[in-house]
Amino acid sequence: MEEILRVENLSKKYEDVDVLDGISLSVKKGEVVVIVGPSGCGKSTFLRCLNGLEDIRDGSVFLGDEKINPNKKNLSKTREKIGMVFQSYDLFPHKTILQNVTLAPIKVKKRKKAEVEEEALKLLDRVGLISKKDNYPRQLSGGQKQRVAIVRALIMHPEVLLFDEVTAALDPEMVREVLDVVLSLAKEGRTMLIVTHEMSFARAVADRVIFLDGGKIVEEGKPTDFFDNPKTDRLKKFLKTFSYEE
Amino acid sequence: MDFEVIVSYLPLYIKAFMLTIKIGWIGIALSLGIGVFCAFVLHFRIPVLSAIVKVYVELFRNTPLLVQLFFVYFGLPKIGISISAEACGAIGLGLLGGSYMTESFRSGLDAVPVSQTESALALGMRKGQLFSNVILPQAVTLSVPAVVANLIFLLKETSVFSAISLMDLMFTAKDLIGLYYNTTECLFMLVIFYVVMLLPVSILGTVIEKKTRFKMFGD
Repeated sequence: MEEILRVENLSKKYEDVDVLDGISLSVKKGEVVVIVGPSGCGKSTFLRCLNGLEDIRDGSVFLGDEKINPNKKNLSKTREKIGMVFQSYDLFPHKTILQNVTLAPIKVKKRKKAEVEEEALKLLDRVGLISKKDNYPRQLSGGQKQRVAIVRALIMHPEVLLFDEVTAALDPEMVREVLDVVLSLAKEGRTMLIVTHEMSFARAVADRVIFLDGGKIVEEGKPTDFFDNPKTDRLKKFLKTFSYEE
Repeated sequence: MDFEVIVSYLPLYIKAFMLTIKIGWIGIALSLGIGVFCAFVLHFRIPVLSAIVKVYVELFRNTPLLVQLFFVYFGLPKIGISISAEACGAIGLGLLGGSYMTESFRSGLDAVPVSQTESALALGMRKGQLFSNVILPQAVTLSVPAVVANLIFLLKETSVFSAISLMDLMFTAKDLIGLYYNTTECLFMLVIFYVVMLLPVSILGTVIEKKTRFKMFGD
């Protein structure tokens, strides 16, 4: 499989703290990479570097052959190819659900409104929200909002999808409806990088799991090896915090 | 209270009312223009201009309209610019209002969460698209209550126009009292005319406020 995203020796400091400390990673087309780790380990910062929402000081990120540079003019062009879904949904509160989904393709990609709306309705139908198309975000539950946010990213036809703790702000029963959508995307063969605290979801969706701690990749592997036979003590200890068995 | 007196004064009050409204709304239009421009300057942190805007806002927010009017009315002729009292009133009100409107619009722009910017950028939106489609519509909604409050405040401030011999409502009332001593009737009519001028603004403001906020925030 061809490589689609490459991260070389990415480092980032806030004041004196190393948030990211020399991370290198190669993601193949169609691969689902799940990133786990304790709070403050740099997971979110890492994802935000990939589409230039964070300044990249040291190291480099490539999407295909394009280098992602936050100070460059073509950054928006590159961002069109990288979809991102945030923890707090961040839908546009002054626009209806349908408008939320169609805004970027119409404005950014200059596609025809009728054609975009048709695709938007199909996608909304897929996540079970077609009946909400004329509602405003405030009228939706958290889980519904997050599914709309996923559709909003999908309609840009991104080559890579980034999920930043997309279920962290949701009630338990809503977590499932969102994760089911993400799982179905994984089955379609989409390239995804997912930051999550849902370990059983990580196991189900991932081709590869990465454990980030102190801004470094401490361990990585296939989900079965990663969860059943962790090699490092740090990961063993981390995984233990998710179980209540003695 | 003598209703014959009221009826006989009515034409004078209506004339003053029209003048007050005319200058008031010209001044307000001016203040909206100044406010939008200055808020953009502050929001985009345009160098040099930002500093000038900050000085302007602090200067005009922290001095009374009366003093500002005196500066325009008596000061400008000293440097060779002479303008009518009406123009003075409108400019004075526009400058005072501009400083308040600047702050209202700026706080609206600043109140749109950073996460809105980030999610729009992540969708590949350019800066201009982000501003006109995401930031601006939300900022306008957020600043409506403050702007409506400013409108009412500014219309009331027109009552100091009499100091530069503009025949506004206040001037007319004071003049008539001085001439005929019908204090009760004159003050009664003054109150009524101000209420007639401001009540519609207040009601309309509340309606607009509700309509715009409802979309984003519900009740």
